[in-house]
Amino acid sequence: MTDRPLLDVRDLRVAYTTRAGEATVIPGVSFQLRAGEALGLVGESGCGKSTVALSIVRYLGRAGRIVGGRVRFEGRELTALDDAGLRAIRGRRIAMVYQDPMASLNPVMTVGRQLMEAPMTHEGVSASAARARALAMLAEVKLADPEAVMARFPHQLSGGQQQRIVIAMALITGPALLIMDEPTTGLDVTVEAAVLDLVRELRSRHRSAILFISHNLGSVVRVCDRVAVMYRGEVVEEGPVRRIFGEPRHPYTRGLLDCLPTLGSDKRQAPLVPIAGQVESALTRAPGCSFAARCAHVEVGRCTTRPIPSVAVHDAPDHHVACVRAGELPRWTRRRGADAAHEAGGPGEPMVTVRHLTKIYEPRRRRFRGPRGPVRAVSDVNFAAARGRTLAIVGESGCGKSTIAKVLSGLEVATAGTVMLDGVEVGTLAVDARAAALKRKLQMVFQNPDSTLNPSHTVGYAIGRALRRLQRRASTDPMAGVARLLEVVKLPPAIAARKPRHLSGGEKQRAAIARALAGDPEVIVADEPVSALDVSVQAAIVNLLTEIQAARGATLVFISHDLAVVRYLADAVAVMYLGTIAELGPVERVFAPPYHPYTEALLSAVPVPDPDHAVARILLEGRVPRADEIPRGCPFATRCPRRIGAVCDDTPPPVQQDGDHRIACHIPRDELARLQTALVEPRAIGR
Amino acid sequence: MSTPVTAETLAATSPAASRVSVRRWRRRLAALAESTPATVGLAIVLAWVVLALLAPLIAPYAPNANDMAALAHTTPSRAHWLGTDHLGRDLLSRILWGARPVLVIAPLAVLGAAALGSLLGLAAGYYRRWIDLVITRACDIVLSFPVIILYMIILAHFGSSAWNIIGVLTLTKAPIIARIVRGMTLDLREREYVAAAKMRGESALYIMLVEILPNARGPLVVDMCLRTGYNVIIIGALGFLGIGLPPPDPDWGGMVKDTYGMMMVWPHMALFPCAAISSLVVGFNLLAVGLRELGLRD
Amino acid sequence: MKRFVVKHLVFLLLTLFAVSFLVFTLNEFSPGAVARKILGAYATQEQVDLLTKQMGLDRPVLVRYVDYLRALASGDLGYSTRFKLPVREVIFKHLANTALLAAVAFACIVPLSTVLGVVAGMREASRLDRAILMFSTVVASIPEFALGVFLASVFVVWLGWLPGTATLVAGGGWSVAAQLVLPVAVIVLFDSGYVVSMIRASMVEVMQRPYIRTAVLKGLPFRAVVLRHALRNAMLTPVTIIMLQINYLIAGVVVVETVFAYPGFGRMILEAALFKDIALIEAGALVAVFLAVVTNILGDLAYMLLDPRIRA
Repeated sequence: MTDRPLLDVRDLRVAYTTRAGEATVIPGVSFQLRAGEALGLVGESGCGKSTVALSIVRYLGRAGRIVGGRVRFEGRELTALDDAGLRAIRGRRIAMVYQDPMASLNPVMTVGRQLMEAPMTHEGVSASAARARALAMLAEVKLADPEAVMARFPHQLSGGQQQRIVIAMALITGPALLIMDEPTTGLDVTVEAAVLDLVRELRSRHRSAILFISHNLGSVVRVCDRVAVMYRGEVVEEGPVRRIFGEPRHPYTRGLLDCLPTLGSDKRQAPLVPIAGQVESALTRAPGCSFAARCAHVEVGRCTTRPIPSVAVHDAPDHHVACVRAGELPRWTRRRGADAAHEAGGPGEPMVTVRHLTKIYEPRRRRFRGPRGPVRAVSDVNFAAARGRTLAIVGESGCGKSTIAKVLSGLEVATAGTVMLDGVEVGTLAVDARAAALKRKLQMVFQNPDSTLNPSHTVGYAIGRALRRLQRRASTDPMAGVARLLEVVKLPPAIAARKPRHLSGGEKQRAAIARALAGDPEVIVADEPVSALDVSVQAAIVNLLTEIQAARGATLVFISHDLAVVRYLADAVAVMYLGTIAELGPVERVFAPPYHPYTEALLSAVPVPDPDHAVARILLEGRVPRADEIPRGCPFATRCPRRIGAVCDDTPPPVQQDGDHRIACHIPRDELARLQTALVEPRAIGR
Repeated sequence: MSTPVTAETLAATSPAASRVSVRRWRRRLAALAESTPATVGLAIVLAWVVLALLAPLIAPYAPNANDMAALAHTTPSRAHWLGTDHLGRDLLSRILWGARPVLVIAPLAVLGAAALGSLLGLAAGYYRRWIDLVITRACDIVLSFPVIILYMIILAHFGSSAWNIIGVLTLTKAPIIARIVRGMTLDLREREYVAAAKMRGESALYIMLVEILPNARGPLVVDMCLRTGYNVIIIGALGFLGIGLPPPDPDWGGMVKDTYGMMMVWPHMALFPCAAISSLVVGFNLLAVGLRELGLRD
Repeated sequence: MKRFVVKHLVFLLLTLFAVSFLVFTLNEFSPGAVARKILGAYATQEQVDLLTKQMGLDRPVLVRYVDYLRALASGDLGYSTRFKLPVREVIFKHLANTALLAAVAFACIVPLSTVLGVVAGMREASRLDRAILMFSTVVASIPEFALGVFLASVFVVWLGWLPGTATLVAGGGWSVAAQLVLPVAVIVLFDSGYVVSMIRASMVEVMQRPYIRTAVLKGLPFRAVVLRHALRNAMLTPVTIIMLQINYLIAGVVVVETVFAYPGFGRMILEAALFKDIALIEAGALVAVFLAVVTNILGDLAYMLLDPRIRA
């Protein structure tokens, strides 16, 4: 290992030309990467981390330009390279892995051909030699039956498999630097864990340096040695993983860590603290610190007049912070938990009761592809949501949680079973068949802020219309109603005149919540309402939902794949797998042993932004059964690490009830309790 | 989840974009001016509209008046700027007057097709199942028929008048628009705001017309410009084939039909109407190209 | 696969029935008109009625339609009053002429449009792209007869290099090939304008896709990116459109045929329509629809073959 860093980025400046003018998206970024090292680049959307990556390989599109700074790689200046020089480096010395693997693979070319291209182009190897290397690489990324995979087309593989192929494609030429841009976003938690572990293993074997870009702080902890935190195009803090996550110095980093829910605490113990304000446009930059407008510790004058240099923390020379007050701030401690008494509260009377709910989709005559048989999205599910409480339904993609949301809200109709909403059977009532009173009683908040509001309507129209349709009596002043609802969701009244494209993701989601509240519903079904939002915005919305629920005594059915958020906000949790409930109970009991084996695997897979959190990861092998061929016995049998034998394949598991906690497993509860260790500390993890 | 910082997201959050404008039309015109093809196209179309409107005032001669004396010199001269045709009628006047029926029929037909096609496309895309099947198959049948043949058969049988032409154009163009609108409806009906509308009990008609249709505007407007241009071509072609508007009223296609046989001797009689019709269509097509570019940029 | 073929064959038959019935009813709506046409305007009403009865034209429409179908099945397409020949001869002769024109035009349009469209779309907003876009837009805006007039005024009137008509009669000193040049040129220019813009649009869209970024960042040369990765994806939609152009080339070029006096299929139908030659109209419509539906099917088939996501 020479002294010279492999990648040396110095004062990189990048600008985009837009209709409104030239925006300096990256005013100045500097960092270094040594050979074999893994550096994580974290930040929220719009902070410019992807732009940094694309600037290194000089793929900024027509509107973007590098306007200053240096990018030295292996001694060569990348910003000065011509086309031929770039081509020699791309795919050979620097390789990239992308966020959406399905879109990053050519749909009309076989996987094998796509893998073989890079070595054939760069090293001039023959087709047969390239093929052999491709097969070897596929085995390395742990894809079963590499021969068969080579002949497949991308759409015939699962998301996890596709991402492994993209990784194989990147590593096949043995690059010195691997840039990974949000490689696990969009993958299920268990799949993500497997991919992250694979990356670690491959890294040690191939000795490539890795630039790992992510908004998920937990995944960075898994893979990287060092972390750089970015905000509005600048690196605000940088250092070893242990220090950044254990002793963050920059107010932004602290803010980020404070608004992350952890697996160990909930809303009563330690509320999430969102970061005030929102990210400003890159078109206008005030002098001084870019975080000043939102910082709780800002001092006008010191922080807002001159550019802030990045200095080393006094007892750690490899930890740099760009904050003039860093040394003066009190030490950061992780949120503590379990100090406040847990508000017991009885089970409460059920508001929504679901019995033996089954939903089967008949396959539409989709030409030549798609499931061939009927799809059992939900099978014989039983649960109840107590009045005034939050029930969370958690699981990975395909588990049926969204289907349950649709049946509850009437957008789909149950095939069998009953759904009682405050004593009225609604499972077979499509939403247009429900009485107005029922429609008012249950409303929904959706996942995607970009499509939850009609882009052609103003926010005021959307909320006003909901008021008109859902209110009991026609109100005399609709505008006042709209203003009132906007206040509840903490939006300025002027926003009523705007259209959604002028709003941020968090604002749109708040407007959607306001719309859902128009009829004063007693049940709110929230289908992944914060999954598409930035971490700091997530915290604010989660707080808003808990506040609204507490104020109105509403019942919240919260659907999510994010276990940390669920731990924070739910009173009761149902864990779903392939259309059945694996485990159900109060949140503390579900997150403590005994666990259903699937819950156990899920909890061990969640990336936690704490370097001290050492957990034996349970990796799930085996194939997820297809939606139209769910096995006869326990649906988890094909992948369960605790599978005890043929009984798991043939017989559906018995539901073992202990008070208000139940597990559907063949293994007896006490046995499970004996075998399993707690995966989550109920107390705080920290100093 | 993290959207890359692109020019679009920057522009959307910029202060300029979020200021509520006073005159929406002025803002739209300014946006239009950013695209050269759109500006040029719009200018051409507007020029023709103005000329057509003012034709009664600015045409130097009556369009059907035969100037027998001019038959000696039919080529462009001071008395007749564009010359005269084989019957002594002033070409400039005939071209100006000829713009009027075209600029009425073509847009009317497009509007009719857009209205009919949108309704059919919305219904097909929203209701799916058998309604979709019937509408799509009917559209396929109409579309599979070569357009000119259809015109010839229908017009030759029913005779040609302005309303017949509008009717035939509407019927034959509606399926194309229906297909576009159906495609967009299939996509838009899965949006969450449609689900939200259903959950507050909106009727299907409301959802189709108020929630879905406004968001299909973009490609629809571009297509309507293209259709208008194409309609102008069709009207010209019909006139050329002799099944357009009845003589003696000036009709660009008909003018070419009467005079192209004499091209070896008097090419200008056919050339000028050809240039007129071409320029108008170029205007519409450039406008469509420009609008599409602007739409993509947003 | 089999289901696909069967489904489309059924659709083809249904369409043929539907259209032929429509055309039949349209034309034979007033039975007296046919007899009137044959006898002329000076015949008395009695003579007209007599002929009507003799020809069996006073029977219900449905019955006559079934008769017509029966005649069709035996290959008898009727008699053309315009050309004074059996319809069969007339149609196939004109169809063959048009097929010649169409084949030559198609052979020019496909490679020309593909090359121009791909070259334009692969670097959007480059100078070459703007030039090709403007050219194709302008050319597609000039009606066929206007294109014919413009080209004729240059090559026939001014330069005298080419003949002004293409009657396919070898006399007059112009070879058949020379006669075909202008009609083919007009068709190729007009249609290419449209096809180029479609291919270009598809190409532009494909070049924005993430898998193109993957290919570029693999270090592949630009040509490999375009030819190996972009091209096949970009041609998916245009292939159907290209198939549909065959439709246009056979039946839709009536204007070009009229300009150059070419004895083609479209012109035949025009004359039949103007002359009220019922049998010819009906047969012509059938052939046109048959072609239209077949090209549709071919287009769908081609799309299926090219896109592995659709194949099972």
